[in-house]
Amino acid sequence: MEHAKLCMKGEIDMATLEIKDLHVSVDGKEILKGIDLEIHDHEVHALMGPNGNGKSTLLQAIMGHPRYTVTQGSITLDGQDVLSMSVDERSKAGLFLGMQYPQEIPGVTNSDFLKAAMNARLEKPIKLFQFIKQMEGAIKELEMKPDLAHRFLNDGFSGGEKKRNEIVQMKLLKPSIAMLDEIDSGLDVDALKVVANSITKQKEETGLGLIVVSHYERFYTLLKPTHAHVLVDGRILVSGDASLAAKIDTEGYEWISKEYDIDLNSKEDTYKRISLGSCAAAKRG
Amino acid sequence: MNKKDEVLYSQDEYKYGFSDKDVSIYNTGKGLTRDTVIAISKIKNEPEWMLEYRLKAYEAFEKMPIQSWGPNLDLIDFDDYTYYIRPSDKKEKSWDDVPETIRDTFNKLGIPEAEQKFLAGVHTQYESEMVYSNMLQEVEDKGVIFLDTDSAVRLFPDIVKEYFGKIVPYTDNKFAALNSAVWSGGSFIYVPKGVTLDKPLQSYFRINTERMGQFERTLIIVDEGADLHYVEGCTAPTYSKDSLHAAVVEIYVHRDAKCRYSTVQNWSSNILNLVTKRAKVMGNGLMEWIDGNIGSQISMKYPACILAEEGAKGMTVSVAVASKGQIQDTGAKMIHLAPNTSSTIISKSVARCGGEVNYRGWVQHGPKAHYAKSKIECDTLILDKISKSDTVPLNRTSNPTSTIEHEATVSKVSEEQLFYLMSRGLSESQATQMIVMGFLEPFTKELPMEYAVELNQLLKLDMEGSIG
Repeated sequence: MEHAKLCMKGEIDMATLEIKDLHVSVDGKEILKGIDLEIHDHEVHALMGPNGNGKSTLLQAIMGHPRYTVTQGSITLDGQDVLSMSVDERSKAGLFLGMQYPQEIPGVTNSDFLKAAMNARLEKPIKLFQFIKQMEGAIKELEMKPDLAHRFLNDGFSGGEKKRNEIVQMKLLKPSIAMLDEIDSGLDVDALKVVANSITKQKEETGLGLIVVSHYERFYTLLKPTHAHVLVDGRILVSGDASLAAKIDTEGYEWISKEYDIDLNSKEDTYKRISLGSCAAAKRG
Repeated sequence: MNKKDEVLYSQDEYKYGFSDKDVSIYNTGKGLTRDTVIAISKIKNEPEWMLEYRLKAYEAFEKMPIQSWGPNLDLIDFDDYTYYIRPSDKKEKSWDDVPETIRDTFNKLGIPEAEQKFLAGVHTQYESEMVYSNMLQEVEDKGVIFLDTDSAVRLFPDIVKEYFGKIVPYTDNKFAALNSAVWSGGSFIYVPKGVTLDKPLQSYFRINTERMGQFERTLIIVDEGADLHYVEGCTAPTYSKDSLHAAVVEIYVHRDAKCRYSTVQNWSSNILNLVTKRAKVMGNGLMEWIDGNIGSQISMKYPACILAEEGAKGMTVSVAVASKGQIQDTGAKMIHLAPNTSSTIISKSVARCGGEVNYRGWVQHGPKAHYAKSKIECDTLILDKISKSDTVPLNRTSNPTSTIEHEATVSKVSEEQLFYLMSRGLSESQATQMIVMGFLEPFTKELPMEYAVELNQLLKLDMEGSIG
């Protein structure tokens, strides 16, 4: 399936991902209990909330991971029914998922893989020269070693290299809506900036819409979210603009707990990890 | 997907499944008797000693049972094969002189093109005899002998007599005995002392007559300090009846010499491929078997290295792919007879669509093989629930200082890997192919580039339609 809204320069003139009353189960257990969310091009949505409450599930279900069963609700991209599409069709329609744990594929070079992925969405295969130019450009922008193209896909990569390689892929595949699942974990401070700058550049150039899951306020600060959502126990409890993200950064999730009378203590471990992000942000002032 | 791939994807028939009209002018008819053996020797105008050898082998063949282990071979009816066919009267030196139907077949296989790029010399076996042979001056100038084995018996009887049947005696197994009795064609290579060839020598083999057996006999001698890479390729047309292929390959690697023998067999799905391949490696010599098995109905092939003197090394890197109705029973043997010998076995197997792929290996460290080392790595990828795989390793050491490492893995294509690749826009079958190609990469990287490309294309073609 061609992405109709992608014009010649790779600029998206409009994109809307609409999620309505989405219920998702894993092995018969309901994880998402009615999610409503709308993302447009040029927007950056921060998806927040303690771990184990369904953030990754939401992103994987949108991409079509076979482990997740959608029991109710709908997902559409520019009016097209996403749920009836296979995973590769969703990709070709313009969705991208930057994964928390990118898979290693030994024996397959990064460049062979990327070329195949790019050609999958083109009518005519990309010219080799053009491909090399684009790939080298992306590698340079992400400040990765030039041999990346010839290494096997994620095989033996460090955690940070894997995450940067996800963004290299996003650059070349030019999605209209990208979902980034803890793409910043495993990155040091400098790398975080490189990755954030690259994402921002792509957003500005193509109008890319983003859903970003991160535990680090620093990353959100760099990406400047336009919207923020807090997902607790399979539901979006609070939605707001950038100020919501900032409020969580300074006050943590406790006020949500009080305001909505929800016990977050069972998630204590993950709660602490989130606080760490707040500290880092606080120091930055 | 590039254009070449698209062409391949669109074909669902066996790529080389064309067959020419019968051009044979002589064959021995069906069945095997003492007279058949005598007739073959007579047609070839062989010296007396070779006829005697054939007859002794025939007697052994008659007495010997088929081995009791491995795949069931009860379907073989030895009376139902033709044991000798000669496609044309004389050998041709110039491509233009080769009969047109034969030339057509080779054109379809792309041989002249391949020759330009990678070949130092081509011996092409068409049915049972060489009809086309071409040597580059460079190879001849270095004193290398590259002939069909029939001609070698006549032209270099002393060398052939010294080495023939010494590593694989006709008493070895029933199919080695059969080959020794009725062998025809195959390659003879002698590389003189200290000679190194820059490009691989290459030979194509092809079975082209229904219900005929092909029994080529290859003998390679790499003299002291010399270096040879020999590449053998097989493609065969599709026929509905059984066809028997029982080759014998003997390789002598002298002191400080090196030999690499690369082959990818892609017999059509009715061929029984029962091959005995064995090398003897002398002091500090190196033998490498690069062995791919994609085609055939049943393959039994266990390239062996006898590491006879101190410091000899052996390596086998093999791939076996078994699909519907196929049994690939392949592996390697490393027999260490001397101190400080070392061997490596890397086996990659893929089973799918109900195919059966087995690794069968034998590593033996003898009492004199002090400080011998062996490393064995067997990895199997099973693509569905109806395919099967077995690993039958026999590792044995008779001295306290040697070491054998054995690693084996069996895996399937993981859901997470598929999801990852599909989330980038690859279809399920593209993603699966990519994972399988990656799995086989340790093998394909050992092949000359042209072969690696061909293997990948064959596998893609082979897998298309079987997934998703």
